[in-house]
Amino acid sequence: MRALDFSYMLGLVPVLVSYIPLTLFMAGAGMVFALILASALAVERVVKVPVLDGLVVLFISFFRGTPLLVQLFLFYYGLPQVLSFLTQINGVTAAIMGLTLHFSAYMAESIRAAIAGVDRSQWEAAQSIGMTQAQMMRRIILPQAGRIAAPTLVNYFIDMIKGTSLAFTLGVTEMMGAAQKEAAGSFRYFEAFLVIAVLYWIIVEILSQGQKRLEIHLNKAYAR
Amino acid sequence: MIGIQGLTKRFGDTVVLDAIDLDIADGERVVVIGPSGTGKSTLLRCLNFLDAPQAGTIRIGDLTVDAAQATRQQILGLRRRTAFVFQNYALFANKTAKQNIMEALVTVQGRPVQEAEARATEILAQTGLADKAESYPAALSGGQQQRVGIGRAMALGADLMLFDEPTSALDPEWVGEVLDLMRQVAEQRQTMLIVTHEMQFAREIADRVVFMDGGRIVEQGPPSQVLDAPQDERLQRFLRRVG
Ligand SMILES: Nc1ncnc2c1ncn2[C@@H]1O[C@H](COP(=O)(O)OP(=O)(O)OP(=O)(O)O)[C@@H](O)[C@H]1O
Ligand SMILES: [Mg+2]
Repeated sequence: MRALDFSYMLGLVPVLVSYIPLTLFMAGAGMVFALILASALAVERVVKVPVLDGLVVLFISFFRGTPLLVQLFLFYYGLPQVLSFLTQINGVTAAIMGLTLHFSAYMAESIRAAIAGVDRSQWEAAQSIGMTQAQMMRRIILPQAGRIAAPTLVNYFIDMIKGTSLAFTLGVTEMMGAAQKEAAGSFRYFEAFLVIAVLYWIIVEILSQGQKRLEIHLNKAYAR
Repeated sequence: MIGIQGLTKRFGDTVVLDAIDLDIADGERVVVIGPSGTGKSTLLRCLNFLDAPQAGTIRIGDLTVDAAQATRQQILGLRRRTAFVFQNYALFANKTAKQNIMEALVTVQGRPVQEAEARATEILAQTGLADKAESYPAALSGGQQQRVGIGRAMALGADLMLFDEPTSALDPEWVGEVLDLMRQVAEQRQTMLIVTHEMQFAREIADRVVFMDGGRIVEQGPPSQVLDAPQDERLQRFLRRVG
């Protein structure tokens, strides 16, 4: 057994911290696209467009049923062999695409459940004033479903941040990739991976605090 | 002019509306009474397709819809010519009182926000809720919520206003203010079709009272006739029961 090299660890912190923006960028972009896609999937699941509904069910089942790492490899290394125009794609883009597709499948299910949780009177009131389906969804149902689903969606965002660490397997030098390189150079694997673990932990803790505040805010929603 | 002919609604094998015929003149106030489960709510809900009737025609103003083959466009047309006041208020929970009233004006009728806001402010003043404009439904009493519900319906400028027992979910202390607002609406010669158990109110506001039983209109006429000199034995029994 040897002692931890604290000064090495301290020196590593600013190096790895400089990669946090890339991590947040990938997770942030993935979250935005996943929210849009998941809302569309969820609305389809509620409205059930013939034929399309079967495809959506298949999509959700596949992306929930297979590991994120397998999906990333399939997109980044596999698909370009079949679809030649995909060779242009860089690792960051592929990671964002993978995170989007993977998490949209999960988020679609919680948004769908939240839509189903919106009181029937809200649907009827929207119909009674002559709204189209799209207007009803956009103006009345989705905003209320969003409030119901928000805490769960934050959980998925947290998972997504941790998921960005897989981007290093696509050759992206993000936080995890940088830690890996540093460790390989210094042979101080334990120190490097301990620092990276603590950094992820801190990011997630900050988000969890935000989530608690969000929940308090949502609980007194619309009560003014 | 509203014309309803042969309006029929079944839930499974149960016939809830049995070929209802009903004409309502412009500005007429029609009150529907009848025992529980006779299809009063269903009649109102079929008129704006919250429930889809299987047969019959509905004519409202310039729009005639054959219920059996109503298109999406026709259904929207009916809904935009009618306004519904719900027993449980059904205000949009994510919108303030003012936004509830503005919503249809902006989203459905495509009016400028400023104009809608002015109209909503006017209606809030009329309903005595000017100080509640920015309140969400959850922060309003039942009576206040229902007044916003009526305000939302007023804003539509509908050919026909439908009221489904607008006071029966209310604590007794709030019933009066809601009925007062309905009287105000009636004074503006708004065409109204009202389901209510408030017999005194019916007597006072109705041009015509319609008694339904078993999915049919059994007897109708001015309140003095229907309420004071009922002919049908079922109506007599019903009136004795509600006192
Ligand atoms: N969605 C539905 N599915 C099946 N049956 C229904 C449905 N809605 C109403 N019914 C039935 O239709 C009948 C008429 O109901 P409706 O609500 O129109 O009665 P009502 O006259 O309004 O009664 P109340 O005075 O109790 O409000 C009832 O027997 C009811 O059980
Ligand atoms: Mg009823």
